Amino acid sequence: MSIAITTQIICFIILSLVILIGALGVVLLESIVYSAFLLGGVFMSVAGLYLLLNASFVAAAQVLVYVGAVNVLIIFAIMLVNKKEDLKPISDIKSRRIISTSICLTLLSLLIRVDLTNVWPLSSPQNSIGEESTIRIGEHLFSDYLLPFEVASVLLLMAMIGAIVLARRDVMSKDISTGLPVDQELIEKSSEPLLTNKN
Amino acid sequence: MEYGLDLEYSFNEFLKGFGLSSEIAHIIWLPLPMLLVLVAAVVGVLVTVWLERKISAAAQQRIGPEYAGALGVLQPIADGLKLLVKEDIIPAKADGILFTAGPILVLVPVILSWLIVPFGQNLLISNVGIGIFLWIALSSIQPIGLLMSGYASNNKYSLLGGLRAAAQSISYEIPLALSVLAIVLMTNSLSTIDIVNQQSGAGILSWNIWRQPVGFIVFWICALAECERLPFDLPEAEEELVAGYQTEYAGMKFALFYLGSYINLILSALLVSILYLGGWGFPVPVELIAKFLNLPINAPFLQVFTASIGIVMTVLKAYLLVFIAILLRWTTPRVRIDQLLDLGWKFLLPISLANLLITAGLKLAFPQFFGG
Repeated sequence: MSIAITTQIICFIILSLVILIGALGVVLLESIVYSAFLLGGVFMSVAGLYLLLNASFVAAAQVLVYVGAVNVLIIFAIMLVNKKEDLKPISDIKSRRIISTSICLTLLSLLIRVDLTNVWPLSSPQNSIGEESTIRIGEHLFSDYLLPFEVASVLLLMAMIGAIVLARRDVMSKDISTGLPVDQELIEKSSEPLLTNKN
Repeated sequence: MEYGLDLEYSFNEFLKGFGLSSEIAHIIWLPLPMLLVLVAAVVGVLVTVWLERKISAAAQQRIGPEYAGALGVLQPIADGLKLLVKEDIIPAKADGILFTAGPILVLVPVILSWLIVPFGQNLLISNVGIGIFLWIALSSIQPIGLLMSGYASNNKYSLLGGLRAAAQSISYEIPLALSVLAIVLMTNSLSTIDIVNQQSGAGILSWNIWRQPVGFIVFWICALAECERLPFDLPEAEEELVAGYQTEYAGMKFALFYLGSYINLILSALLVSILYLGGWGFPVPVELIAKFLNLPINAPFLQVFTASIGIVMTVLKAYLLVFIAILLRWTTPRVRIDQLLDLGWKFLLPISLANLLITAGLKLAFPQFFGG
């Protein structure tokens, strides 16, 4: 066994362990902040797996999109929510846990079955495209995957408009969470600079 | 274009001369460039810290450090030693694990990005195909480290500083990536080597700064914002936030932040010089000079000479930009947070989008000037 293959196997084992333990930690840990940071670690390790598969562009895109955007936004949201509120204990927590665990296990068995029955086209190092994959991805995005690509951008546009409507509360007459009428004067006041009339 | 020094090949051949297999030779070779670049980065930081102290002193009509070595050149080393021997404090109510992991997460991506900085045709650690995209992806990890250290400090100023840093970093990443995309469009490649080679045709005239003036300015503003340099140093803003996310840090953990921000500044300056100022290229092409003097282009002494000129040019251009950054820091006031976000989203983003569109149009209209 050559040194390169040994290194690959060691990297694969470490990355898989990090993914498995990290993902379990995301679900099982009590502290939501730890869960969010661990999620970032899991995304990074998935990027590492892509690197092992010679897909460096996909790995970099994974880091940029999932770690740099999705995970940062999750952490941002957690840190901006400042409600000191004790969560109510859920009465039938045990049965809920059993149901969710069984659903997850069913999904897992389904995935394992797909993995075992499908015949995967294995690429050897000789016919893997490696660095050329960036060009291939671009060609696919602008030919046979053009429609999903464009539809995804429409979806993002919709999400953005929704976020702007939610953030600009002055376009709504009622508060979403409480249902009380919005005090327009307060919004006007908050958008004025504080120091303009203090000469 | 396969000329220039190939140190790796000669080193491996040299080791094989002692009867080592090529795999062992490769393993012995691997850490050398990494170590060299790490040392180069740290020395670069020392020089920048000294420049910062001296130039700030000149800007404020002081003398600056004077007694530690000639003209105070040993002052940065003294600063570093002071940080090394300081007590490492973790506040009692801070979150120990996240508090320690934060500075590491800030520093490691910055150092990893040096992977793609070329000092010559073969003088870089790895010519990865995704090149400049790797840097953009890696620099997006930093905000997580900043948020982590801001949260773990258990201090309202730290949390505010961390949130500001992350917001700033996210909003300036987009125009930054778009202006890089315009360059990539002209080069047809993400590799930093190809980007420099594309500019090496006619010396100073073919540098990207003439073809991408708007992209150059947008990139430089965004790079300053990403480095949290004044006028964009809101996350640290001493007068409002004590020191932002660094407030609770002392000793070596603070030194990691300090090191990270300066390495990031040098890295940004290097990348500006690679993307827009012709990288290792001399203002007059070296091949032309060789032809003029009737020297063979593949002669060993000429290759060593070209390689050293390449390194000197890269470092010179980078430090010129570092000088401008330091001068900006000591002469401009800080922007407010709303001005910062307005500048990012309402000015730089539309401008860089228009720049990308115009570049694409020009590429179609004049393929010989804007890459075919």
